[in-house]
Amino acid sequence: MKLSIQINEGPYQHQAADSAYQFTKAALEKGHEIFRVFFYHDGVNNATRLAIPPQDDRNITQQWTELQKEHELDLVVCIAAAQRRGLLDEDEAKRQGKDANNIAEGFRISGLGQLIEAGIEADRLVVFGD
Amino acid sequence: MAKKFMFVNRKAPYGTVYALESLEVVLISAAFEQEVALVFMDDGVYQLTKGQQTDGIGMKNFSPTYSALGDYEIKDIYIEKESLEARGLTLDDLQHLVWEDEDEDWAEKDSIHLVSSKELAAVMADQEVVITF
Repeated sequence: MKLSIQINEGPYQHQAADSAYQFTKAALEKGHEIFRVFFYHDGVNNATRLAIPPQDDRNITQQWTELQKEHELDLVVCIAAAQRRGLLDEDEAKRQGKDANNIAEGFRISGLGQLIEAGIEADRLVVFGD
Repeated sequence: MAKKFMFVNRKAPYGTVYALESLEVVLISAAFEQEVALVFMDDGVYQLTKGQQTDGIGMKNFSPTYSALGDYEIKDIYIEKESLEARGLTLDDLQHLVWEDEDEDWAEKDSIHLVSSKELAAVMADQEVVITF
């Protein structure tokens, strides 16, 4: 089955971030196709490479980066939600005159249209959040 | 081909950013010419209340945007009856949302459907993409 994933909650604060990752990984292992993973609301914070969780804890962003590499996942961070929360890639940082960027490897920033397209193209859109 | 999208709004308009960011998705989805329906239930019914005044909390009052939904061809807005009643509200407390029917000389028609929880479940079952905020 072709699936799209939407994540609405931030890492460590809410289990939705972990569940989304575990679900995506399990779906891939079962041979399903993941059309896109879309990060919205505080979910965009899953994409920061500046988070430093304790060493004996899971690193959620790192998990996504590795899964992306392995399966060439399309990890999309909503630009409007990201801008509000201070999440920038290099181009966006330059464009907005900011002195740093913080997006992790394997993620890309794009518009909300990507979420709608994810809903249109996939057989199921699975939403993680409250 | 258009798909049936339903956006389910369950949270109060302020206090968290869900309602505002839901509205942003809804407006984008309309640009993709999908069949869009909205649901307001639980505290989400407060999103449509009339006379919102946000000066005291220093936030933008985005509630006037809902009245533009008709212009975006969004004409199915479901309000869960039980949620309204549990909060002591009636439809009179909510904005009167309408759309204009091109086929009937732009006659104004009600967008709001007051439905029971059971009726809502049936409408929900008929959707292809359900996104909850």
